[in-house]
Amino acid sequence: MPFGNTHNNFKMNYKVEEEFPELSKHNNHMAKVLTKDMYAKLRDKQTPTGFTVDDVIQTGVDNPGHPFIMTVGCVAGDEESYDVFKDLFDPVISDRHGGYKPSDKHKTDLNFENLKGGDDLDPNYVLSSRVRTGRSIKGYALPPHNSRGERRAVEKLSVEALNSLDGEFKGKYYPLKSMTDAEQEQLIADHFLFDKPVSPLLLAAGMARDWPDARGIWHNENKTFLVWVNEEDHLRVISMQKGGNMKEVFKRFCVGLQRIEEIFKKHNHGFMWNEHLGYILTCPSNLGTGLRGGVHVKLPKLSTHAKFEEILTRLRLQKRGTGGVDTASVGGVFDISNADRIGSSEVDQVQCVVDGVKLMVEMEKKLEKGEAIDSMIPAQK
Amino acid sequence: MPFGNTHNQLKLKFSTEAEYPDLSKHNNHMAKVLTQAMYERLRSKQTPSGFTLDDIIQTGVDNPGHPFIMTVGCVAGDEESYEVFKELLDPIIEDRHGGYKPTDKHKTDLNPEHLKGGDDLDPNYVLSSRVRTGRSIRGFCLPPHCSRGERRAIEKLSVEALGALSGDLQGKYYALKNMTDAEQQQLIDDHFLFDKPVSPLLLASGMARDWPDARGIWHNDKKTFLVWVNEEDHLRVISMQKGGNMREVFTRFCTGLTKIEDLFKNKGHPFMWNEHLGYVLTCPSNLGTGLRAGVHVKLPNISKHAKFEEVLKKLRLQKRGTGGVDTAAVGGVFDISNADRLGFSEVELVQMVVDGVKLLIDMEKRLEKNGSIDDLMPAQK
Repeated sequence: MPFGNTHNNFKMNYKVEEEFPELSKHNNHMAKVLTKDMYAKLRDKQTPTGFTVDDVIQTGVDNPGHPFIMTVGCVAGDEESYDVFKDLFDPVISDRHGGYKPSDKHKTDLNFENLKGGDDLDPNYVLSSRVRTGRSIKGYALPPHNSRGERRAVEKLSVEALNSLDGEFKGKYYPLKSMTDAEQEQLIADHFLFDKPVSPLLLAAGMARDWPDARGIWHNENKTFLVWVNEEDHLRVISMQKGGNMKEVFKRFCVGLQRIEEIFKKHNHGFMWNEHLGYILTCPSNLGTGLRGGVHVKLPKLSTHAKFEEILTRLRLQKRGTGGVDTASVGGVFDISNADRIGSSEVDQVQCVVDGVKLMVEMEKKLEKGEAIDSMIPAQK
Repeated sequence: MPFGNTHNQLKLKFSTEAEYPDLSKHNNHMAKVLTQAMYERLRSKQTPSGFTLDDIIQTGVDNPGHPFIMTVGCVAGDEESYEVFKELLDPIIEDRHGGYKPTDKHKTDLNPEHLKGGDDLDPNYVLSSRVRTGRSIRGFCLPPHCSRGERRAIEKLSVEALGALSGDLQGKYYALKNMTDAEQQQLIDDHFLFDKPVSPLLLASGMARDWPDARGIWHNDKKTFLVWVNEEDHLRVISMQKGGNMREVFTRFCTGLTKIEDLFKNKGHPFMWNEHLGYVLTCPSNLGTGLRAGVHVKLPNISKHAKFEEVLKKLRLQKRGTGGVDTAAVGGVFDISNADRLGFSEVELVQMVVDGVKLLIDMEKRLEKNGSIDDLMPAQK
């Protein structure tokens, strides 16, 4: 190694059993996978930026999890984490992503023309449509590990890239630390503002250090394309609008993303990506496409049907409340989105959402007329 | 977060201004002292265990402070932090501890026979008496930086040392991670239980990592001598009882502490101490004696007197509510304790509390009879 890693080497003075974390009350992916032998094998390693196995697992040690929610319990500190700590990450990825194997290849497809339909979801049911993903900038450590200098460099590059966008993408950057009260009020009213995380899962990973330095929100004038800078990932990119025209949302998403990527590439800081893991992000749960494409849709009858969960599973979709992950639905309105992230492309995943939501809206209409939906129940995708 | 030194080396590739924190909205001791030039001189350094400048200041960067409360904004990660980062910590110590200079020597005096009086504070006014301090075990990193192996070694040593106490000090250890419900309830009822910190000041420094591993509470059968293991410091030692016999509380405190210190010395791990800083603890505010000796005392009349604050200041005392630091007084009952920690010995500080509280009660009795207290006003100690 080119540099020493003093405290990690210092810890080697202690035996494996003395340093191995107590995981007996833990229920997260990391705790299911990390044995003492694996810890012994990985504990003297470090990535080129000095991220160690204890750094990877700290969030999972500090947050035992919940009996019903399976959290991931580990994060990457840089691109190389997924390689140096493969022994740990590969089984976590396999378990989290439906058996994805170390030898599997991931498809990236951001060609919106490949999406069939998606412009005719019934707006009487589909209230809004949204697609989000994350991106990491090659050459910089990730949010759990980056220094202020690195974070500021990511911000600077991002603002340059975003400010060069024009047409429907023309917009403005609002750094968190120098926002005016009026700007803050407006961003809250638009539901755009993000704040310092309160989740102990995120805090324990170290990603809130130096808040709010180099964090900010960029959005276009139309308020249909939004980028978060230096929150849980280097970039979170969101395309959204009212109504059911997912095709338009996805097109804007793909076009905007590709324009931004071009500019980063010109500065020799393209996005982190490889053919096995797709887009590299901080949390292993977001690998692959990092994409969550979803709608807010009224399904008061279908959602109370005995087979609702089964239908969602077969369609490879998941439900959330309209407040996002871990919230409850209100007034029969659900957030329905793709369940998968890796092993299928962006087009594949948005297609699942488009086709699945179309089917569920038809089921809802049937149920409104008091008819059965048994013949409509789909096969497992 | 405690980073290995590798990342510190990598950060040197970024210029000082790229890495220097934004402290423009900050109000804590660290922010008052850390200039960009100082940051530049210290940024390439590390202690033998790998603690760096960014580790020291992280809590102060993440917690800008409050316009009315001056927090410290930095912590030590090991004994050597106070030496390697002298340039930063000396002015902070001077500002926090009333002008204490880098050349000053600190007196340690744990001989309870040197205390005059203290056994006759009027129990009609003084409800309870308590003395606490902290101790760090030489050879181990401090709570912001220690590994699980180090923390467990401290717990093991502490439990052995405390297990050897006898007579009045005979007691039992309750590890946080395997406490029974009954034990937990009893410790709560006794007001002994400590829980995972919620203060962002403490969390940002990294001292809650791996909670509740290797944390616990020891107390004697009589419930008058209590030790916290691996909370904000390696050890927090508390002697307490109902009523006003501070002499007895202090005697038990000194006897117990001295016995524990001998036990640790015999195991080759004495307490961290030097003749300039006295006992070395995690937070610079607790250097010297680390001692806070106080009483819960009824002062409904004097506390409303115009000169109450001035009297406290002259007596070198401070007031708190009965819930501890940052709480309000209830029913005219105040927590009155020594304001100083460093530059005075333990005996001197407890003497100030004993003499000062005696005077405050005399003043209270005068005011009850509608007398004047002008002739009782003390000179500045």
